[in-house]
Amino acid sequence: MTVDVDSAAAAPAVGPAPGEVVAPPTGAGVPGGRWARSRGALLNKFLLPFCVFALFVGGWYLVSGFALTRQQRFMLPLPHDVIRVGILDWSNFKVILEALRYTVIVTFVGLAISMVLGVLAAVLMSQAQWIESSLYPWAVVLQTVPILALTPVLSFFFGFALTSRTIVCVIIAFFPIVSNTLFGLQSVDRGMHELFTLHHTSRFTRLWKLQLPAALPAMFSGFRVAAGLSVIGAIVGEFFFKQGNAGLGTSLSVYSSRLEGERLWATTLVASLLGIAVFVFFGWLSRRVVGRWYQPKRG
Amino acid sequence: MTMTTEPPPSTTAALRFSGVSKKFKDGTVALTGADLAVAPGEFVTVVGPSGCGKSTLLRIASGLDKASDGEVAVHSKSVGYVFQDATLLPWRTVRDNVGLLAELEHMDKKERERRVRDAIDLVGLTGFEKHLPMELSGGMRMRVSLARSMVLAPDVFLFDEPFGALDEITRERLNDELLRMFIQSRFAALFITHSVQEAVFLSGRVLVMSGRPGRVKAEVTVPFDYPRAPEIRYSAEFAALCGEVSQYLRDV
Repeated sequence: MTVDVDSAAAAPAVGPAPGEVVAPPTGAGVPGGRWARSRGALLNKFLLPFCVFALFVGGWYLVSGFALTRQQRFMLPLPHDVIRVGILDWSNFKVILEALRYTVIVTFVGLAISMVLGVLAAVLMSQAQWIESSLYPWAVVLQTVPILALTPVLSFFFGFALTSRTIVCVIIAFFPIVSNTLFGLQSVDRGMHELFTLHHTSRFTRLWKLQLPAALPAMFSGFRVAAGLSVIGAIVGEFFFKQGNAGLGTSLSVYSSRLEGERLWATTLVASLLGIAVFVFFGWLSRRVVGRWYQPKRG
Repeated sequence: MTMTTEPPPSTTAALRFSGVSKKFKDGTVALTGADLAVAPGEFVTVVGPSGCGKSTLLRIASGLDKASDGEVAVHSKSVGYVFQDATLLPWRTVRDNVGLLAELEHMDKKERERRVRDAIDLVGLTGFEKHLPMELSGGMRMRVSLARSMVLAPDVFLFDEPFGALDEITRERLNDELLRMFIQSRFAALFITHSVQEAVFLSGRVLVMSGRPGRVKAEVTVPFDYPRAPEIRYSAEFAALCGEVSQYLRDV
């Protein structure tokens, strides 16, 4: 190749033509417009969800205060009673936080295992149609099998403590990672595949340099769904396997049987907050990793 | 009007199709007995109605598709292929996209970096090395795509309607620049387009293909020497050549 820098620089037709406008990097623009946009974003992101929350709390007060009698109120105590007894009373809240710790451990260990196994399974399935055909249906079955049916066999092999809980968590969180990652790996543009084909790229290089990076956005949305599910998985696991350290699921079942509505709902609140936290964390992580080059289409 | 097109005698063609046919699995016949040849250092353009198998020609030449019948000979150390879309990897910067093919061909890192720099300079994107594809216009993305192929210094270059999606101004500008690259590197080019002006401006010979099943129906030789000034587009001779090609296109 005779790439001659000098003559290229000397040629008149160098550089983008007037018609070719460089798109401004996201976020840049007229200061006024930027402000208006971020005000709109603020409204969408915080104010509207808050309004829904306010409606929800209002509905709660209505049901608890008017639909239930004083004797029935243990089922759904007034929100401020839940806060007062379950959160502001340190002796109660301490127990919930202690339980939260163990739930968090199961959630994250379970999620990490799901991520590794899920991505590996999807990569394997993406390599040949026959592998996908033979494995995918069983991933679906795993997703739909009632955990209740598995408790005897899980407890026989793995006992009634953390190991079994983690396995339940993995069973629940595994599928969205597999399906999203597989979808991402398989939706790579045909032209890009052909580009790699033209240069006799190995299967591994194609996977590493093309398919995996292209699948990252889909993979992360799978992680995000799985993160929320792994909290549910951990709590369901604790519900069935109660030996060892008590987690939120253990507490829920205890408070529920003792008709301690305030502590039951305070625990539920904490469990939801954990779910929201991991969901938000994975959203943030996803924007950090792929947000630079991937912009989801907005309506 | 000649029925077959031969390169000037006494040269080995860089690319030669002899009686090439292509029938797809679903029964569609894309090509029947296509004959054409491109000499080293020659710029040949193929125009034809859409669906006449123009792209199939390139896919067969590059090995992406196999011919059902006939012979294809490519004498080349390195074949460049420019797609209709820029096909850039959205997570890679301009520099890393330009270096991609060299990376896939395991080119030495130092050499690769030098060639990437030169190629970016050649397409006029110096200063945009760290931009991502989504921050570039369509024309600039196509420049990145061209630079990516130039890094491998191809001696046969296949273009599949690369500027078809661009506006007229950008297209003419890129035509000028493509010719500049052609003059510098003197590869053999087979260029597919549906624009008659683009075909006449770029090439030494314009081949007109018939509708499906496609075969080469006519050939128009363009007498202009390289380098070509952008203004020749407005000359009477240029207009006459475009008229001739258009006439053949209507006839096929």
